[in-house]
Amino acid sequence: MTTWIRKEHVAVNVKASNWEEAIRASGSLLLETGAITQEYIAQMIHSVKENGPYIVIGPGIAMAHARPSKAVHEDAISLAILDEAVSFGSEQNDPVDLVFSFSATGTEAHLKLIEQLSSVLINEEKVEQLRHAQTKEDIFNLM
Amino acid sequence: MAKVKIMTVCGFGLGSSMVLKMNLDGVLKDLGIQADVFTGDVGSAQSTPADYIFTSKELGEKLQKTVNKPVIIINSFVNKAEIKEKVEAELQA
Repeated sequence: MTTWIRKEHVAVNVKASNWEEAIRASGSLLLETGAITQEYIAQMIHSVKENGPYIVIGPGIAMAHARPSKAVHEDAISLAILDEAVSFGSEQNDPVDLVFSFSATGTEAHLKLIEQLSSVLINEEKVEQLRHAQTKEDIFNLM
Repeated sequence: MAKVKIMTVCGFGLGSSMVLKMNLDGVLKDLGIQADVFTGDVGSAQSTPADYIFTSKELGEKLQKTVNKPVIIINSFVNKAEIKEKVEAELQA
Protein backbone atom coordinates (compact mmCIF):
# COMPACT_ATOMS: atom_id res chain seq x y z
CA MET A 1 0.00 0.00 0.00
CA THR A 2 1.21 3.46 -0.81
CA THR A 3 1.60 6.02 1.92
CA TRP A 4 1.27 9.29 0.08
CA ILE A 5 -2.44 9.51 0.84
CA ARG A 6 -3.46 8.36 4.30
CA LYS A 7 -6.46 6.18 4.98
CA GLU A 8 -7.89 8.78 7.37
CA HIS A 9 -7.74 11.32 4.58
CA VAL A 10 -10.20 9.64 2.22
CA ALA A 11 -13.97 9.34 2.38
CA VAL A 12 -16.61 7.90 0.07
CA ASN A 13 -20.34 8.68 -0.27
CA VAL A 14 -19.85 12.20 1.02
CA LYS A 15 -22.89 14.45 0.95
CA ALA A 16 -22.57 18.10 -0.05
CA SER A 17 -25.14 20.38 -1.59
CA ASN A 18 -22.79 23.03 -2.94
CA TRP A 19 -19.09 23.67 -3.58
CA GLU A 20 -18.47 25.28 -0.19
CA GLU A 21 -19.82 22.26 1.63
CA ALA A 22 -17.77 20.04 -0.64
CA ILE A 23 -14.53 21.87 0.26
CA ARG A 24 -15.48 21.80 3.93
CA ALA A 25 -16.07 18.05 3.78
CA SER A 26 -12.78 17.40 2.03
CA GLY A 27 -10.91 19.84 4.28
CA SER A 28 -12.34 18.30 7.46
CA LEU A 29 -10.56 15.07 6.63
CA LEU A 30 -7.27 16.95 7.00
CA LEU A 31 -8.55 18.86 10.02
CA GLU A 32 -9.46 15.69 11.90
CA THR A 33 -5.91 14.36 11.80
CA GLY A 34 -4.42 17.73 12.69
CA ALA A 35 -2.76 18.26 9.30
CA ILE A 36 -4.40 21.68 9.08
CA THR A 37 -6.40 24.07 11.27
CA GLN A 38 -9.94 25.30 10.72
CA GLU A 39 -8.47 28.51 9.35
CA TYR A 40 -7.02 26.67 6.35
CA ILE A 41 -10.48 25.48 5.27
CA ALA A 42 -11.69 29.07 5.34
CA GLN A 43 -8.68 30.10 3.24
CA MET A 44 -9.40 27.41 0.64
CA ILE A 45 -12.98 28.65 0.30
CA HIS A 46 -11.85 32.27 0.18
CA SER A 47 -9.45 31.48 -2.64
CA VAL A 48 -12.28 30.21 -4.85
CA LYS A 49 -14.35 33.29 -4.05
CA GLU A 50 -11.42 35.50 -4.99
CA ASN A 51 -9.90 33.70 -7.97
CA GLY A 52 -12.83 31.73 -9.35
CA PRO A 53 -13.16 28.00 -9.86
CA TYR A 54 -9.68 27.51 -11.30
CA ILE A 55 -9.12 24.77 -8.72
CA VAL A 56 -11.34 22.55 -10.86
CA ILE A 57 -8.43 21.08 -12.77
CA GLY A 58 -10.18 18.46 -14.86
CA PRO A 59 -13.63 17.06 -15.62
CA GLY A 60 -15.30 16.53 -12.24
CA ILE A 61 -12.04 17.03 -10.32
CA ALA A 62 -11.39 19.84 -7.85
CA MET A 63 -8.17 20.40 -5.97
CA ALA A 64 -8.79 22.84 -3.15
CA HIS A 65 -5.76 24.49 -1.57
CA ALA A 66 -4.42 27.68 -0.07
CA ARG A 67 -0.93 29.01 0.48
CA PRO A 68 1.48 27.57 3.04
CA SER A 69 0.98 29.24 6.43
CA LYS A 70 0.73 28.63 10.16
CA ALA A 71 -2.60 26.96 9.40
CA VAL A 72 -0.73 24.02 7.85
CA HIS A 73 0.96 21.48 10.10
CA GLU A 74 1.64 18.75 7.58
CA ASP A 75 1.99 18.18 3.83
CA ALA A 76 -1.07 16.15 2.97
CA ILE A 77 -3.77 15.38 0.44
CA SER A 78 -7.33 14.35 1.18
CA LEU A 79 -10.04 13.07 -1.12
CA ALA A 80 -13.79 13.27 -0.59
CA ILE A 81 -15.84 11.40 -3.20
CA LEU A 82 -19.26 13.01 -3.35
CA ASP A 83 -22.50 11.10 -3.53
CA GLU A 84 -23.83 13.66 -5.93
CA ALA A 85 -21.68 16.00 -7.98
CA VAL A 86 -21.97 19.74 -7.31
CA SER A 87 -21.32 22.82 -9.42
CA PHE A 88 -18.19 24.88 -8.77
CA GLY A 89 -19.03 27.35 -11.53
CA SER A 90 -16.44 25.86 -13.88
CA GLU A 91 -17.57 26.22 -17.47
CA GLN A 92 -15.57 23.28 -18.77
CA ASN A 93 -15.31 20.88 -15.88
CA ASP A 94 -18.51 20.97 -13.81
CA PRO A 95 -20.06 19.13 -12.07
CA VAL A 96 -17.47 18.01 -9.55
CA ASP A 97 -17.54 14.79 -7.57
CA LEU A 98 -13.87 14.22 -6.73
CA VAL A 99 -12.78 16.85 -4.21
CA PHE A 100 -9.13 16.83 -3.20
CA SER A 101 -7.71 19.14 -0.54
CA PHE A 102 -4.03 19.82 -0.57
CA SER A 103 -1.97 21.34 2.21
CA ALA A 104 1.68 22.29 1.87
CA THR A 105 3.99 23.46 4.63
CA GLY A 106 6.12 25.28 2.11
CA THR A 107 9.01 22.84 2.07
CA GLU A 108 9.86 20.82 -1.00
CA ALA A 109 8.32 17.67 0.45
CA HIS A 110 4.92 18.32 -1.04
CA LEU A 111 6.29 18.06 -4.58
CA LYS A 112 6.40 14.30 -4.28
CA LEU A 113 2.74 14.27 -3.22
CA ILE A 114 1.72 16.31 -6.23
CA GLU A 115 3.75 14.08 -8.50
CA GLN A 116 1.98 10.99 -7.20
CA LEU A 117 -1.41 12.65 -7.49
CA SER A 118 -0.73 13.84 -11.05
CA SER A 119 0.23 10.37 -12.16
CA VAL A 120 -3.13 9.05 -10.95
CA LEU A 121 -5.21 11.89 -12.36
CA ILE A 122 -3.70 11.75 -15.84
CA ASN A 123 -4.90 8.16 -16.15
CA GLU A 124 -8.51 8.47 -17.30
CA GLU A 125 -9.32 4.88 -16.61
CA LYS A 126 -8.13 5.15 -13.02
CA VAL A 127 -10.08 8.36 -12.48
CA GLU A 128 -13.22 6.67 -13.73
CA GLN A 129 -12.66 3.76 -11.34
CA LEU A 130 -11.97 6.19 -8.51
CA ARG A 131 -15.28 7.87 -9.23
CA HIS A 132 -17.07 4.59 -8.64
CA ALA A 133 -15.11 3.52 -5.59
CA GLN A 134 -17.44 2.29 -2.87
CA THR A 135 -14.97 1.81 -0.06
CA LYS A 136 -11.72 3.29 1.20
CA GLU A 137 -10.04 0.02 0.21
CA ASP A 138 -11.15 0.52 -3.41
CA ILE A 139 -9.48 3.91 -3.36
CA PHE A 140 -6.26 2.55 -1.94
CA ASN A 141 -6.05 -0.20 -4.50
CA LEU A 142 -6.31 2.42 -7.23
CA MET A 143 -3.81 4.85 -5.77
CA MET B 1 18.61 27.59 -29.31
CA ALA B 2 18.02 28.44 -25.67
CA LYS B 3 15.65 26.30 -23.71
CA VAL B 4 12.04 27.40 -23.82
CA LYS B 5 10.85 28.78 -20.50
CA ILE B 6 7.30 27.93 -19.57
CA MET B 7 5.45 29.17 -16.52
CA THR B 8 2.39 27.30 -15.29
CA VAL B 9 0.14 29.61 -13.32
CA CYS B 10 -2.49 29.19 -10.61
CA GLY B 11 -3.68 31.24 -7.67
CA PHE B 12 -0.75 30.51 -5.38
CA GLY B 13 1.80 28.88 -7.65
CA LEU B 14 1.33 25.53 -6.00
CA GLY B 15 -1.29 22.85 -6.14
CA SER B 16 -3.02 23.05 -9.49
CA SER B 17 -0.14 24.72 -11.34
CA MET B 18 2.11 21.91 -10.11
CA VAL B 19 -0.24 19.27 -11.44
CA LEU B 20 -0.13 21.07 -14.80
CA LYS B 21 3.67 21.31 -14.63
CA MET B 22 4.05 17.57 -13.99
CA ASN B 23 1.79 16.68 -16.90
CA LEU B 24 3.34 19.29 -19.19
CA ASP B 25 6.81 17.96 -18.38
CA GLY B 26 5.62 14.51 -19.44
CA VAL B 27 4.19 15.77 -22.74
CA LEU B 28 7.31 17.83 -23.56
CA LYS B 29 9.49 14.82 -22.90
CA ASP B 30 7.34 12.67 -25.20
CA LEU B 31 7.65 15.29 -27.93
CA GLY B 32 11.39 15.70 -27.40
CA ILE B 33 11.10 19.40 -26.59
CA GLN B 34 13.70 20.83 -24.21
CA ALA B 35 12.04 23.23 -21.83
CA ASP B 36 12.24 24.63 -18.32
CA VAL B 37 8.81 24.44 -16.76
CA PHE B 38 8.23 26.24 -13.47
CA THR B 39 5.19 27.24 -11.45
CA GLY B 40 4.07 30.66 -10.35
CA ASP B 41 1.16 32.56 -8.91
CA VAL B 42 -1.15 34.77 -10.88
CA GLY B 43 0.15 37.95 -9.23
CA SER B 44 3.73 37.50 -10.41
CA ALA B 45 2.93 36.19 -13.89
CA GLN B 46 3.35 39.60 -15.47
CA SER B 47 6.81 40.30 -14.08
CA THR B 48 8.32 36.82 -14.34
CA PRO B 49 10.39 36.15 -17.47
CA ALA B 50 8.95 33.28 -19.47
CA ASP B 51 8.32 32.51 -23.12
CA TYR B 52 4.90 31.03 -22.56
CA ILE B 53 2.30 30.88 -19.83
CA PHE B 54 0.09 27.83 -19.41
CA THR B 55 -2.94 28.22 -17.15
CA SER B 56 -6.66 27.60 -16.64
CA LYS B 57 -9.44 29.31 -18.54
CA GLU B 58 -10.49 31.53 -15.62
CA LEU B 59 -7.01 32.87 -14.93
CA GLY B 60 -5.92 32.77 -18.56
CA GLU B 61 -8.60 35.16 -19.74
CA LYS B 62 -7.42 37.71 -17.18
CA LEU B 63 -3.75 37.22 -18.03
CA GLN B 64 -4.26 37.49 -21.77
CA LYS B 65 -5.22 41.12 -21.18
CA THR B 66 -2.20 41.98 -19.05
CA VAL B 67 0.83 40.01 -20.23
CA ASN B 68 2.58 40.36 -23.56
CA LYS B 69 3.48 36.74 -24.21
CA PRO B 70 1.42 33.80 -25.36
CA VAL B 71 -1.03 32.63 -22.70
CA ILE B 72 -2.15 29.11 -23.45
CA ILE B 73 -5.39 28.00 -21.84
CA ILE B 74 -5.72 24.39 -20.74
CA ASN B 75 -9.27 23.30 -19.91
CA SER B 76 -8.23 20.06 -18.23
CA PHE B 77 -4.86 19.90 -16.47
CA VAL B 78 -5.11 16.13 -16.41
CA ASN B 79 -5.85 15.55 -20.10
CA LYS B 80 -2.57 14.66 -21.77
CA ALA B 81 -4.13 14.73 -25.23
CA GLU B 82 -5.30 18.33 -24.81
CA ILE B 83 -1.94 19.45 -23.40
CA LYS B 84 -0.11 17.74 -26.26
CA GLU B 85 -2.35 19.26 -28.89
CA LYS B 86 -1.80 22.78 -27.53
CA VAL B 87 1.95 22.34 -27.12
CA GLU B 88 2.20 21.18 -30.72
CA ALA B 89 0.10 24.06 -31.98
CA GLU B 90 1.94 26.77 -30.03
CA LEU B 91 5.51 25.60 -29.64
CA GLN B 92 6.07 23.79 -32.88
CA ALA B 93 4.30 26.20 -35.19
